[in-house]
Amino acid sequence: MLANQIGYYSLILGLLFSFLLCGISIKDFNNSNKKVNQNIFTLSFLQLTLVLVSFLSLIVSFVKSDFSNETVFNNSHTTKPLFYKISGTWGNHEGSLLLWLLVLTSFIFLFLVKSKEQPKKYRILTLLFQQLIIIGFFLFVLITSNPFNYLFPVPTEGLGLNPILQDPALAIHPPLLYLGYVGSSIIFSASLAAVTQNYISKEWGQHIKKWVLISWVFLTIGIMLGSIWAYYELGWGGFWFWDPVENVSLMPWLTLTALLHCILVLERRGVLTSWVVILSITTFMLSMCGTFLVRSGILNSVHTFANDPARGIFILIFLFVLIFLSLGIFFLFHKENNKDSINFFWLSKETSILVNNWFMMYFLSVVLIGTVYPIFLDVISAEKISVGPPFYHKLIAPFLMPFLLFMAIGPKLKWIKSKVENKNSLIIFFIISVVLTFFILKDLTTDLLFYTVLISAAFFLFFTTLKELFFKKLSNTSQTTAHFGFSLLILSILFNSILSSEIITNIKVGEKYIDNKSEIFFEKIEEKKESNFNSIVGYFKITDVNGKVIRLKPELRIYNQPAVVTSEADIKTTFLEDKFLVMNIVKGNKYFNIRYQVKPFMLWIWISVLLISLGGLLSIFKKKYEK
Amino acid sequence: MKNKLKLIIIVVFLIFCFVIFFKGLNNSNTYIPKINNEKNIPVFKAKEFNSNNYINSEKIFEENIYYIVNIWASWCVPCRKEHSLLIELSKNKSVKLIGLNYRDNLNNAKKFINELGNPYAKILVDRDGILSVEFGAYGVPETFLIDKDKNIIKKFVGPINKKIVEEIKIIIK
Repeated sequence: MLANQIGYYSLILGLLFSFLLCGISIKDFNNSNKKVNQNIFTLSFLQLTLVLVSFLSLIVSFVKSDFSNETVFNNSHTTKPLFYKISGTWGNHEGSLLLWLLVLTSFIFLFLVKSKEQPKKYRILTLLFQQLIIIGFFLFVLITSNPFNYLFPVPTEGLGLNPILQDPALAIHPPLLYLGYVGSSIIFSASLAAVTQNYISKEWGQHIKKWVLISWVFLTIGIMLGSIWAYYELGWGGFWFWDPVENVSLMPWLTLTALLHCILVLERRGVLTSWVVILSITTFMLSMCGTFLVRSGILNSVHTFANDPARGIFILIFLFVLIFLSLGIFFLFHKENNKDSINFFWLSKETSILVNNWFMMYFLSVVLIGTVYPIFLDVISAEKISVGPPFYHKLIAPFLMPFLLFMAIGPKLKWIKSKVENKNSLIIFFIISVVLTFFILKDLTTDLLFYTVLISAAFFLFFTTLKELFFKKLSNTSQTTAHFGFSLLILSILFNSILSSEIITNIKVGEKYIDNKSEIFFEKIEEKKESNFNSIVGYFKITDVNGKVIRLKPELRIYNQPAVVTSEADIKTTFLEDKFLVMNIVKGNKYFNIRYQVKPFMLWIWISVLLISLGGLLSIFKKKYEK
Repeated sequence: MKNKLKLIIIVVFLIFCFVIFFKGLNNSNTYIPKINNEKNIPVFKAKEFNSNNYINSEKIFEENIYYIVNIWASWCVPCRKEHSLLIELSKNKSVKLIGLNYRDNLNNAKKFINELGNPYAKILVDRDGILSVEFGAYGVPETFLIDKDKNIIKKFVGPINKKIVEEIKIIIK
């Protein structure tokens, strides 16, 4: 009750502070004083505190199961474990927007504190642009999705959190993803401010790089956690389905990755300014667009918490206001750097980064078209289609090959003008990769040529970066780690898709299923009771060709609130492969439908993504860009 | 000059995107294939909710009035939302509501009815969901309007809203 009031009023106060901040900043902007007015820091800090208070009071309402709060009533239940009561705070539309606000305000405060050596006007403008976004979100929360709506009479019990969202990975996935998404808002505001001040320069590049890296690392890990959740919880036995919602998180990642590389060029040579600005703007716009697509109900998914067109219209208008604003600023203020028109030498680091950009743009357009084309088609011709994995695989895979080769060679080049050094070792590596791939794949796949080309390219990157990591002490560790991680990721994904095997069958207790590879014995079922669900556990004994025995215990959970049945896969993860078993009830209860999958290198997919993020992390803590 | 042209092209394109998204918002995103108009109701036999007796479909739809078949379940959250509208509809004399309890626990279902009221003239139990499929349902909730000739003339996927209630009222007048 009380927490509800506190939360609501601190939100309103927070909005007022936004206006105050804007007023003071505009006044301070024309002030000849060299330093930023101290009040701005204080106000920004207070605003952050207010949003934090509001967020904490929502958590309190969730923990106390205060069902007079509509958000709590819709998304919580008294029997839920404490952990999920807390994570339920951001497991719904209203709460997650509050989290957005929290991250937005804390990032601008950190930015103000961390940018002391930057020009004053630039800092104030960044603050203004950021406040514009913050005001937009405050209004969005207060008008369309107030998390503190009061219910009377107070219900005795809540409706419960969607059981498939009750998962540890998913509890931390949104906060991390938001840090990435919202981190890009700072890049957006800062680049707009820098454009108006004509401050896109080497110094600016150095300063903004940290922010780009931070959001990039969070976004990478956030996407991975979402994917881990899909793998463990959805029980479809895959980790990436090219679902619109997944795509929507991948798109800002692609532009952010391109931006990251452009910043390196900017930082060293002061060129590619247009690229940097456009990518900064697009990254945040894509993050916003993602929010729009998943929240408005225009797409259907677990993330679509509620289909409320009013919300969709609000974000849509807000999104386009921001797009037009940034477009206007870009065309009015951006002066193309003279250096930009100088042609790069074809063999240089700049050129290879430019090539990387174009590849990223290509991948982005594939994903973008695959995601929004169905919406366009639906509106124009009322025809419903859905774009599936084959579309993406067909369009992305062939281009992955040259992309991987560029990734291997590009970082070896020098700035301005370069020769390929160690040609011989590169050629040897390439030959080794092709031969190795050919012998590995010879008996494994029917599509030999395609996979050989692709996997040799990945192996090539793998070997060159591996050599770099071990033999060159002075090399750029962060970049090499990230690129090495990427080669490992592609290798794991490809081998995973080639070598995976699957058995689907109906089986009842006491029965055995035998084929030439393995033997599955259904031993028994057991029933268990937990506080928020009942479950049926199946005991399976699986013997493989070598006589090795493993036991798997997949589960069927019947949640009480809301009453939903979910099937929990049991997964035995080892260094080289995952064994994955999931069961479902078949009509009549005697037979169970089971799906048994052997998926090699699953663990390595997660490890390689962690390596990629580690590369980013290393770069954050590195003092200066190494040669 | 060149820049201006670029700007105009971009702006026009963005406006186009805006319009598309705006229109897309109002579209429903559930896919409903067109039903062959005027499909006859299936002939079936089903267990009754309160009495456990089996009852024939001719017996259920025997009166010469409009019928509404509503598929619901206690575990279905949207059903809770549409329930008050169903009760409103049930007050109308020229229509009878038939509830189809889809894949539900009987006790939970009874609790649901006791808590929120009973708009249905009859409730049938569809334990395994087969009957619902015969009607041509995709999920819960779903609502079918059946005319005096025992044809399914309308079908609403998802919870019904005020607008649909008005639409139904006009048809059955």
